[in-house]
This record gives sequence, structure tokens and C-alpha cells, in this order.
Amino acid sequence: MDLSSSLRAFAPELVLTATIFAVLVADLLMRSRTDRRRTGVLIALSLIGAGGALAWAASLLTRDLTATFSGMLALDPFAQFFRLFFLLVALVALVMAALSDEISRSRLGEYLLLLLTVTLGLTLLSSSKNLLMMYLSLELVSIPSYVLAGFKQGDRRSSEAALKYVIYGGVASGLTLFGFSLLYGLAHTLDVAQVGHQLAALQYGPATLLALVVALVLSLAGFAYKVAGVPFHMWAPDVYEGAPTPFTAFLSVGPKAAGFAVLIRFLLTAFGDPAGATVPWNLILAIMAALTMTVGNLTALVQNNLKRLLAFSSIAHAGYLLMAVAVGSWDAVRAVELYLVFYMLMNLGAFLCVQVVRDRVGSEQMAAYVDLRARSPLLALLLAVFLLSLIGLPPLAGFVGKFYLFAAVLQARSALYYVLALIGVLNSAIALYYYARVLRAMYLEKSPADQLQPSFSLSPATTALLLLLAVPTLLLGIFWFPLADALTGAATLFH
Amino acid sequence: MDFPQYATTSHLLTWIIFTPLIGVGLILLSLAIKPIFGWSKVVTDTIARGTGLAATAVVFLLAIVLGVGYADQPGELAFVHHFVWIRQFHIEYFVGVDGLNVALILLTALIGLVAMVASLPWGGRIEEGDHPHFSKRRVPGYMALFLILETGILGTFCALDFFLFYVFWELMLLPMYFLIGVWGAPTRVEGPGWIRGGPYAAIKFFLYTLVGSVLMLLAMIMLYYASGPAVLADGTVSEHTFNILYLAQMGQAGHFASAAPILGMAFSKVIFVGLFIGFAIKVPMFPLHTWLPDAHVDAPTPISVILAGLLLKTGGYGILRFNFQILPDAAHWAAIAVAILGAISIVYAAFVCMAQTDLKKLIAYSSVSHMGFVLLGAASFTDLGMNGAMFVMIAHGIISPMLFLIAGVIYDRAHTRDINSFGGLAVKLPEYAGITGLAFMASLGLPGLAGFVGEIMVFLGAYGATQTIFKVIVGVSAFALVITASYYLWAIHRMFLGQFNQKWSGLWDMNWRERFALYPLAVLTVVLGFYPMPVLDLFRNTLGSMAASIAALNLPGL
Repeated sequence: MDLSSSLRAFAPELVLTATIFAVLVADLLMRSRTDRRRTGVLIALSLIGAGGALAWAASLLTRDLTATFSGMLALDPFAQFFRLFFLLVALVALVMAALSDEISRSRLGEYLLLLLTVTLGLTLLSSSKNLLMMYLSLELVSIPSYVLAGFKQGDRRSSEAALKYVIYGGVASGLTLFGFSLLYGLAHTLDVAQVGHQLAALQYGPATLLALVVALVLSLAGFAYKVAGVPFHMWAPDVYEGAPTPFTAFLSVGPKAAGFAVLIRFLLTAFGDPAGATVPWNLILAIMAALTMTVGNLTALVQNNLKRLLAFSSIAHAGYLLMAVAVGSWDAVRAVELYLVFYMLMNLGAFLCVQVVRDRVGSEQMAAYVDLRARSPLLALLLAVFLLSLIGLPPLAGFVGKFYLFAAVLQARSALYYVLALIGVLNSAIALYYYARVLRAMYLEKSPADQLQPSFSLSPATTALLLLLAVPTLLLGIFWFPLADALTGAATLFH
Repeated sequence: MDFPQYATTSHLLTWIIFTPLIGVGLILLSLAIKPIFGWSKVVTDTIARGTGLAATAVVFLLAIVLGVGYADQPGELAFVHHFVWIRQFHIEYFVGVDGLNVALILLTALIGLVAMVASLPWGGRIEEGDHPHFSKRRVPGYMALFLILETGILGTFCALDFFLFYVFWELMLLPMYFLIGVWGAPTRVEGPGWIRGGPYAAIKFFLYTLVGSVLMLLAMIMLYYASGPAVLADGTVSEHTFNILYLAQMGQAGHFASAAPILGMAFSKVIFVGLFIGFAIKVPMFPLHTWLPDAHVDAPTPISVILAGLLLKTGGYGILRFNFQILPDAAHWAAIAVAILGAISIVYAAFVCMAQTDLKKLIAYSSVSHMGFVLLGAASFTDLGMNGAMFVMIAHGIISPMLFLIAGVIYDRAHTRDINSFGGLAVKLPEYAGITGLAFMASLGLPGLAGFVGEIMVFLGAYGATQTIFKVIVGVSAFALVITASYYLWAIHRMFLGQFNQKWSGLWDMNWRERFALYPLAVLTVVLGFYPMPVLDLFRNTLGSMAASIAALNLPGL
């Protein structure tokens, strides 16, 4: 594909880039205006930009856009799905930021701008098909994220979050880079597809095999860091707790999904079908999946801070997703995509509820949720819907997602996957306990008379956004066929 | 393989299943428009109660139409509603009535109505203890959850697509969790680190049943992928199927017995165990029964009624429908183990009952004991035994709600259920003493009452089973009848006979609400005790042929 058609396929990203600059300039030009006026303009600008990019990306859906920019990026259906996904997540995250009290109005411009930059990085990451491009977009996602995690000035936990994020991120990306360099040494190319061909053609002695295993494990570090998979999950709880809530929500969905996108593309193109692969990458991932969900769920059991609890829950969900990645079939890829859509709805919804409670009650602790059903009935009901969906109870979307994941795992019909699926379902039963603790606080408990928590009502914008997330969570749990059918195409067209 | 097409013949079942959900919609609507009309809490509470009563009554009437319509064609599949729901996994909406579920659907409609009547504060005064009565707290929520629960139970019994079944099966969990947790007993400390009460019982119930159902989920998916090609409702060919009737057809043709093994173990045995654990938790079978005493004791009366009367039956039904119908070879293999576990449940729980001083706990353990008969009878694979198992389910579904209502009657008045604190109540509450006597006698298996019919059929059937060990198991289980008789008689002795305890001179006899709930069940107990044929006729053919087909299996290596 030549440059001009490449650019046409790349239009949504260009819109996003233009929006970033527009927000930057508007923020600078309107320094003297009142906060109210300026935030209005900035939010409108970024929403229009991201929305425009989303609309453009949607209009490109039916086109065949394979290799662009001399094979650096692949705008195949797989990447296109993720592009839409990230733009949607970004739209929700932008509105959440606008609704939040945690982002000071005077610095909202910076926040929006950085968030849009991360989004751009995410779309690039999911479409990269070159090791160098993968690394660069990984960094494009990471660096603004460090700033966003520490966005609350003068807040110790936020600064701590940023620092931990930087240190872990630096180490992980260093490991990945080293892994990539070993791969380059073995394959003499940076193009992922070419790497795959070269690796398949290589003569394997013990030394080359060892080098390949080391290269794989090191490369996985950066991706595992993004999806918060064990043992690269340790940053997650502290960062999730310290970062401003709207960013935590974004972090738990956007970069995690991008991590899965690049992981799937990297493994399936460079290392190929797990059945005939030289290195047992599915075994490595299966072990990682089992560890990730078990560690995430068991640690979540003892959390009293809701943001921390949701952080561990999101680690556990990464474990379920890794389980399907380990299978590596097209059905599994579709299951991952479907699950991510459902996960986006329910996780963003749950974090939005946490954000509202934090802003109104001033706490993220379980105690702030006691008897919430009497203090804000609609919020309690919607949070219950999101949590029940996260548990995976029908007829909510989370159940359908889980069903697809387990179906993909069991379809493989081998001992490894039977054991993995068993660990997976037992984990999802354990998970019930900590989600139910929140339900119990909201519906079953009463606060002591001397510690009554305030009642509050929801703003129309918050209610609208919550309903926009909750209604699909319910409806997609009952009828998800059109979505799953559309994703079947997105999962198979890949190269 | 030839697959019969099950075409839609009626929408009646869909109406039965979803009528309660329409009620939920109305209740939510009344809450939404409450501020517009400036209604008070009393108005919405009354609307919620009226809607709840109306919805359960409509379900009951529709179920009678169903029962009358089905009585002409026992054993056949009827009232089918069938269409493709999600094409991708060949998931269908498929409900229908056959011999296995018809009696249970009727039972659900009846007990749903009875439990609803018991949930209303009308027709008699309610004296509040130190804790507000469940029927006056957060009424719209209670009614909405009650109706969702009813939809879940009805759907579970009606579904003939495994995926649909699973959705309804899980739908029962959540309302139950809240109904026990919110409207059940308040949290109490019974000792250091020994915190009991509604919230504890609710999460225990939820966790136990969820562990069972996730295993069922795995088994369901594995069964799906092992199934052969079949057809969908619209005639298109499907690679695999969730259609329970097709799965049964494949299973009985030996399809799953010869499927590829799982982790070196025979496919059908692994699936059998996975499904069986899920259902046995619900039954509940020893040693998976420990959630039951907590849940029953701390649930409000109508919810205990539903738990004992209906929820336990979903477990027994699941074993018959899935374990035995789809995996006959593995059922053959597991028969003796199932029978022994059933016998342990019968005997062990009876002994535990002897030690109880809490009336509700006694009744709860007696449920474990009686549900053991279902396992024993079903595992015998004889015509009599399997019919007996189903009849025990129906009889227990009528008698145990009576027992829980009885416990509720005394608790609402005395605010205690401690058997030892009563004495001579028959003087003060003659009507109550009479109906309690009837219910206790029915439960201990007095001839002439419904409980006896099922138990004697199970014993005769199990005694006639081909394996000799069944004769020993029957002998041991029959011993439990003596224990059962003694704990019930002893309870009557302690509560109603002897010196009247003056502490209870302020008690009053039954009121109209309680009569409305209890007398229909009492009448049924007597009628079915003398003439069980109308109920037996509903499922006789189906279970008889199922027993024959499993017994006739000539299974290699089992």
C-alpha cells in the first residue's frame, strides 16, 4: 500500500493527533479565561476529536487495509477492532475526568491532552507489526501514563503510584527491549511476520533453543506488565489506588486491552500456532494465567479499599483472559475480544461508581458503601449490576464473556487446558466472595448511628453515563449474537 | 442419528415463566413514578404486595391449565416453545413439558402462591419482636426478588436447552442471597468468632451453590463439544448441540460413553461427577449439606418454604434430567455410590435431628434426611424406585413447606423456636397443634399421608434392584424411619403435651393468612396419601421407561 492510501487508513490517528495539538493550544490560549469556560471548551474539543476519530474509524471498517507504512503497521480487522475499542474507552474516560473532583479544573487541559496521547499510543500498539514500532508505542503509552498516575499534586499516594509505575515500567520495558534484541539476533529482522518465518526455518540446537526461550520470556515482560499479569502485577494495586480514579478506570481497561492485543499478535505471528510451536509458549502463558487469577483473587479477598479491590479483581480478570490467549486459537481470540468489550462496560462502570462515592462521601473504604442502597438507591443498584457482571452471573454480559473464554479453553481438549479451566472456574467462585462483600455492605448492613454516611443524589451527566454502561451490560447478557458475529470477522482476519 | 423436530406448539410455558418478571417490571414502574404522584411508602408497598400476589396467582392458574392440558398425554413432550436464540453456539430457547418436569412445574406454581400468601402481613395481626417483621421491611425489593426467584425456578424446570437451563439455574442464586441476607435473621454472635445470622447464611448458600454451578458450567461446555451434529429449531444443521433431548438421545445411544477420555478418565464419568456435585449441593446430599441448616434457619419463613419446597427439588430434578438421562452408562457406574450417599444422608440427618432444640433446624435437617430418599430411589433404576424418588420430591415439596410455615407461626408469636421452652401448647393453640400433628405425621411417613407413599415406593424399588447391596442399604435406611418417628414424636411431646408453660398464656391460635397457606397443603397431603394416582400418572410412563432403558443397558466394562 502506498503512502497516500496508508495515510487515508491512518486518518483516525491523524484526527487524534490534531486534537491533541488543538487541546494543547486552546489550553495555552485560554489561560486567562475562567476555569468554567475553559474546561467547557477543552472537554468539548477533546470529545469532538475522539468522537470524530471514532466515527472515521467506524467508516473505515469495511475497507481492506492490510499493511500500511511499509509494513510497520497493520490496519487489519483485528487492529481496527482495537482502534474502535480504545476510542470508546477514551470517550468514557474523558467524560469521567470531566465529572471527577480529583482532577483540578485548572489542570484539566493537561489531563485530557495526556489521555488522548495515551489513546494514540494504544491504537498504535495494537496495530504494530514491527518489533521497533511495538516498543515505541509501548513507550508512548507508558510515559504519559506515568505522569497521569501522579497527577494529583501534593498527594503522597499519587506520587508514590507514579514512582512505582515508572520503576516497574522502566524495568519491564528494558527486559522487553533486551528480548527483542535477542529475537533480532536470531531472526535478523524486526518485522514480526518475518521473525516468524525465520524462526520456523531456523536449525535448533540446545543453545539456539535456550536463546529463543530467553528471548520469549524477556519479551513477554513488557506485555505482561501492561496486562498486569503475575509476576509483573506488583505495581497495579498501588498505582490503581493512588492514581486519580478516572485514570485508574482507564488504566484498568485501555492499556490492559492493548497489552492483550499486542501479546496476541506477537505470539501468533512470531511464534505461531501453539500446536506446532518450537517453544511451548502456551505452557508459559497457561502457568502465568493460573498464577495471575489465583494471586489476584486471593489477595482481593482481604481488601477494604474499593479501588484496591478492583485492582486485584482486574488482575484476576487478566488471568482469565490469559487463559484464552494460551489456547491461541481463533475462537480464543474472538473470546478475548468479546470479553474485553464486556469487561470495558462493567469495569468502567464499577470505577465510575467508586469515583462518585469518593467525590460525594470522600472515601474509597468499604465503610463508605455501608447502606448505600438507602443513601443513593440508583447508584447502589448500578454498582450491584456491574459487580454481578464481574462475578459472571447470568443474565449479565460478564457471564457471556466467561462462557466464551471457558468454551475456547475447553475446545482445545487437552490435559493442560482441562486443568487450567478447572483452576479458572474455581477462581471465579472464590471471586464471588469479595464482590459479595461490597453487595453485603450496600444492601445487608446498616451503619452504626454515630457514623452515618451522607445521602446524595447523582448528577444527570453521571446518571446518563452510568446507564450507558449498565444497560448494554444487561442487554448484551441476553442477546449478544450481533456483537459476537461481528467479532468473528475481526478475529480471523489478522495477517 | 435421526432427530425428531420439536416444533413450537404453545406459548403457555413462556407466559408461566415470565409472568413473575412482568410483575417485577410493574413494581419497578411503581417505584419510578412514586415521586411523580407523590405516593407514600404505604401506597408502593401495597402495590408491590398486590402485584406479587397477582403474579403468583396468575402463574398458579396458568399452571392448572397446563396440568389439565397435560393430563391427557402423560409421558409425551408437550407445550413446546422452541426457537434459535444465539446461533453461534447453537443456543436455543427451548421449553417444554414432559414427564420429568410436569409435576415439579405444578408444585412450583402452588408453593410459589403459598409462600407469597405467607409473605403478606394481611389477615391476622403480626406482633413485632425486637426486629421488624420481614413482611413489613423494604417490601418492593422483597416482592421483586421473590418474583425473580420464581421465574428462575420455573425456568429451571421448563428449560430443555442446557444453556438456557444454566441461565435460569444461576438466576435463582442472587434473589436467594438477598432474600436470606436482607430479610432473614439479623447478625448475632453465638460465641467467639462464631457469627451467624442472615448475611452469613446468605453468603454460605451463595458460595456453595456457585462452586457447584461453575463445575456444572465446565461439564456443560465439555458435553457440548463432545456432542455430535444435530439440528436447530429452524431445521439448519448444527455441529454440536445444547438441546437436552438430543443430548439424551446421543447419551442413550452410547455417544458419550465412547467419547475421548479427560485426563485419562472416562469422559462420561468425569462429566457425571461434575454435574452430580453441582446438583448434590442443591439436593443437598451428605457431606455437601452444611449450607442448608444455616440458610433454612436464618431465612424468613416464606423463603424457607421455597428453599425446602422447591430449590432442593431442582437438585433432584437435575440428577434425573442430566446425570441419568444423558449419561446412563456413568449413572450405572455410580449407582451404588449414589445410593450409599443417599442412605448416609437419610440416617445421619435423622440422628442430627434428634439433637436439635431449634424447631426450624430440626425441620431443616429432616429435609436432608428426606431428600436422601430421592437419591436412593433414583439410583435403584427400578420402575418403582424412580417413580418413588419423584413422588418423594412432590410429597416433600408439599410437606416441608407446611413444616416451615408451622415453625413460622410459632416464631411470629413467641419469637423463639426453642422446642424445650414450650410445653402443653395444645391447650392454648388446639388448631395449631392439630395441623402440626398432621404435618409431623406426614413427614415421618405415616401411612395414609403423602410422605408414606413415596418412601414405601423407594424402599420397595430399591429392595428390588439388581445389586444385592441395595438390600443392605434399604435395611439401614429403614432403620432411620424409627429415628424419624422418634424425633417428631419427641418434639410433639415437648411442645404440645405436658404441663402448660404459663409464659405462653399470651399466645393466640392461627389466623386466616396462615390458614390460607397451610390448609391447601394439608388437604393435598391427605388426598395424595390415599389416592396418589393423579400425580403418579403424570410421570409414571417417563420414569418407568427411563428405568427400563438404563437397567437394560449392556455396558462393557462397567
